Amino acid sequence: MSEKVLMKGNEAIAESAIRAGCKFFFGYPITPQTELAAYMAKRMPKQGGTYLQAESEVAAINMVYGAAAAGARVMTSSSSPGVSLKSEGVSYIAGADLPCLVVNIERGGPGLGSIQPSQSDYWQATRALGHGDFQMVVYAPATVQEMADVAYEAFDVADKYRTPVMILGDGMLGQMMEPVELPEPKTEFPEKPWATTGHGNKREKNVANSLYLDANELEKSNFERFERYDVIKANEQRAELVDCDDADIIVVAFGASSRIVRSAVRAAREEGIKAGLFRPITLWPFPVDALEATKAHAKAYLSVEMNMGQMVEDVKLVVRDSAPVDFYGRVGGVIPTPVEVLEKIRQINEGLGE
Amino acid sequence: MEEMRVVFAGFGGQGLLFAGKVVAYAGLIDEHEVSWLPSYGPEMRGGTANCSVTLSDEPIGSPLIMNPNVLIAMNQPSLLKFESDVTAGGKVFVDTSLVNKLPERDDVQVFALEATNLAEEAGLKGLANIVLVGKMLKETGFCSVETLEAAIRKAVPPRKAALIEKNLQALKLGMEA
Repeated sequence: MSEKVLMKGNEAIAESAIRAGCKFFFGYPITPQTELAAYMAKRMPKQGGTYLQAESEVAAINMVYGAAAAGARVMTSSSSPGVSLKSEGVSYIAGADLPCLVVNIERGGPGLGSIQPSQSDYWQATRALGHGDFQMVVYAPATVQEMADVAYEAFDVADKYRTPVMILGDGMLGQMMEPVELPEPKTEFPEKPWATTGHGNKREKNVANSLYLDANELEKSNFERFERYDVIKANEQRAELVDCDDADIIVVAFGASSRIVRSAVRAAREEGIKAGLFRPITLWPFPVDALEATKAHAKAYLSVEMNMGQMVEDVKLVVRDSAPVDFYGRVGGVIPTPVEVLEKIRQINEGLGE
Repeated sequence: MEEMRVVFAGFGGQGLLFAGKVVAYAGLIDEHEVSWLPSYGPEMRGGTANCSVTLSDEPIGSPLIMNPNVLIAMNQPSLLKFESDVTAGGKVFVDTSLVNKLPERDDVQVFALEATNLAEEAGLKGLANIVLVGKMLKETGFCSVETLEAAIRKAVPPRKAALIEKNLQALKLGMEA
């Protein structure tokens, strides 16, 4: 394997995407995602690909739509307000069943918000990045290595299920450097018989489209898409469990906040508190099965997020009445500290009694 | 190794982020867990800049350092901002070419050197950052000199390879200061 190098999370996603066969990048600059686009601008032309800075986010996502329809591996990246602008295009891409990668390196919101790290786009990513009934696979990496790993895998998953895929990171993960081992460039790619590459009078024409004027036809396409979502839910749930086997208190956290929780849980264990970290790596599909399994022994749950309480709803949907579910969050670009989380764990532990 | 949490702080343009990258590469070469996190506010040359570098043998939780055990301060506002965060027994390195008021705490070790002046006198203008890294290496011994020299070779981008030699000189200067 290749030598470990120090890279920013933003750069690691870019390099790994190129190695996964991404040939087109369309974007528009925004902090704290900028290094991703800058890296692509430098590297993509040397790899025989195309980097294009569009006139707007709306233009960029529609270029992604076009390249995806033609069967290319294609991506765009932005940060929270820019991702909102892309939402119409993402809905069209989902409606036309096309694969692509969308990266959101989140910043504080709502509105223009701040440029500091945040996780307040969880709902947007997992519920409705755009209008209509659709979902997309959402990865929430927590290290620079994992950012490279999921970027490499995301294109395969997108092609397999013909769906847009998102990597949801944040300003901390995008800006920080860690050692990363980059994957070997992919050489084999799936056939795309549906791609609009010209029929040459040898086959029926392919059409990429999300417009169905016949209600029954549109319903049929929705039903078919949701059958695919069932397969995704069965196959693609991923989570990391740390010290959860005997845990009384399960702390659920993803991405940057999971790193803080990891430290807090370690400190809690040193005090004799049986705490564990449950870290969803896929936010959609939410790792329901692995979390369900913890209900056998967990007495309380705590969701720690850099938002006002979004993922906690998914936790509650799984835990239901089996144990109390608490929440701790910081917002606006403020990063919670391990000490704050540890204090919350202590409070919950005292409440458990014995 | 005992976890080392270093905050590099000063003005934008002093090479603090680069100094942090050198220390991070040293950690990578010695196969420690490493994280490097810059402040990325709307900063510019002359504004404040800082970065957090952690070297550990455990997976690193938050890369944002709240309680450094090493502080490298290259201007007065940065020293004032971070000196109270340093853990007891920590080491504080101060460029006294640019700082005149040293920490008053007696539970940290303070190493004062005129890094900017030393660098300029040696024809190494702009390398006070690496002079301070040299001093920090001497006082903490967090890695070998060979490791740190290799880290400099890795951290300097290929198009600036001509600067490697000057960086190595600055390192030596700091170690002898």
